[in-house]
Amino acid sequence: MIRYFYKALADIRSNRFLNLITMVTISLSILMVSLCLLFFENLGRIMDGWNQEGRAMVYLVPEFSTEMRPELASAITQMDGVVQITFVSKDRALARLKNQMAGSTRFLDTLEENPLPHAFEIRIQTQNGFEPVAAVVRQIESLDLVESVEYGQKWLARMLDLFQLFRLTGYVMCALFLLIAFFITASTVRLVFHSRQSEVEIMRLVGATDRFIKMPFYVTGLIQGAVGGILGLLILFAAYLAVWSGISQSMGDLFHLDVRFLSVAAMGGIWVVSTFLGWFGCYLSLRQLLK
Amino acid sequence: MNLDTGKNAIIRLFNVTKHYGGKPALHNVSLDIEPGEFVFISGPSGAGKSTLLKVLYLAETVSAGQILIDGMNLSRISPARLPFLRRRFGMVFQDFKLIPTLTVFDNVALALEVAGKKPSFIRKKVMHVLRVTGMEKKAHMLPPTLSGGEQQRVAVARAVAGDPDIILADEPTGSLDQASARRVLEILLAYHKKGGTILVASHHLQQLQTVVTGRSIVLEKGRLISATRLEPYAL
Repeated sequence: MIRYFYKALADIRSNRFLNLITMVTISLSILMVSLCLLFFENLGRIMDGWNQEGRAMVYLVPEFSTEMRPELASAITQMDGVVQITFVSKDRALARLKNQMAGSTRFLDTLEENPLPHAFEIRIQTQNGFEPVAAVVRQIESLDLVESVEYGQKWLARMLDLFQLFRLTGYVMCALFLLIAFFITASTVRLVFHSRQSEVEIMRLVGATDRFIKMPFYVTGLIQGAVGGILGLLILFAAYLAVWSGISQSMGDLFHLDVRFLSVAAMGGIWVVSTFLGWFGCYLSLRQLLK
Repeated sequence: MNLDTGKNAIIRLFNVTKHYGGKPALHNVSLDIEPGEFVFISGPSGAGKSTLLKVLYLAETVSAGQILIDGMNLSRISPARLPFLRRRFGMVFQDFKLIPTLTVFDNVALALEVAGKKPSFIRKKVMHVLRVTGMEKKAHMLPPTLSGGEQQRVAVARAVAGDPDIILADEPTGSLDQASARRVLEILLAYHKKGGTILVASHHLQQLQTVVTGRSIVLEKGRLISATRLEPYAL
């Protein structure tokens, strides 16, 4: 095996240009694929975070009186996924409103009575995304003393659908990029093989088996795939550091986004796929050429 | 042809015919070659000398007839077994057939690498055959930097490195000056003296037969027209 490895390195040296082109192509394809994965991995995590922790305001009917509060609170608390419940009386709600509106509260002072309803502020937490949150909300809405429930995730459901479509498109694009890398590898092997046709003939004359002839090509393919994969990931990491440090410096005060680079498992997966791709391109080409 | 005669022959040809597009290159050639024989194959251009060698190492398949190499019928050999058959031959060509991107050492080592020999054995053996052929000092040079005679000596070194049973040489001295040709023949002769079977196809029979006792086979238009024993002159 070591012999084949050295032979492959010598082949790469003697066909520098072709091999370089292949490695660059593989690295660019891997860069695009990992960029897609990075984007979807982060967007998915952010959306999962939003999904799994929903906040809702439960507005109560005008007939509600504070004596009814313990019974209703207990009914809501017992529902699956409700992790926190806070009663917001109509007076407290008005005070909060005044506080939020700061200087422009003069017209609120002219009100003869408080128009705001009593409410519960609840926090719902689930492990399985959006649907369980919606189910809890529907359950609360069905209670007699509940006028309506408002929660900010209705728009999220629509966004989720869009995201799924977007993710599917991304995966198709990833497959296309990988296919391009595969074809380039296969074509390079063909070119190298044709340029070494006489060498292969001489090897056959001295008794080389097909395996002996193929192995250096396979090892070359593996090296191309492995190096291309590492290059692609390194370029992405450099771009991630540059872009993300810029974003977090300029927008970090406005909002917090939990953006992370690809996990070790994802990087490992990409590298394995890239290495496999290099080998597979060689394998299919040689299978045809050495028939 | 009586199949019982020449039972000890290492190479046996039975009515071998080879056509190229209807034109016969070999016609009904029957021949037995004993182990350790030095056989000269001569004849004019297009007589079928090279074709005869090619059908032996299966670069070409015969159109009719059969060939046995050490009892092995070549018509029944599978593609997977072909490399193992070729390892029993050492081959020398007029155009050397060396790999230009490999050093002299690596070109010779190739014959042993394909057979899966250990690197330590390969190193020792290659240096030995390069010493015998006088190419030891040029072991790390590339073939294109060598003269024709030197390249042919490397090719002969590669041919003998794997200790083959048979050496097939197709015009081995065809493109060489007299001194280089003589050097190459000396190496082949040394191999023959150790018991190796050698078949040499050449126009220059006169030059070759001064070297060694052997059998001269003359081909003409694909037919074997004579087989005579040669008496050597002193070298």
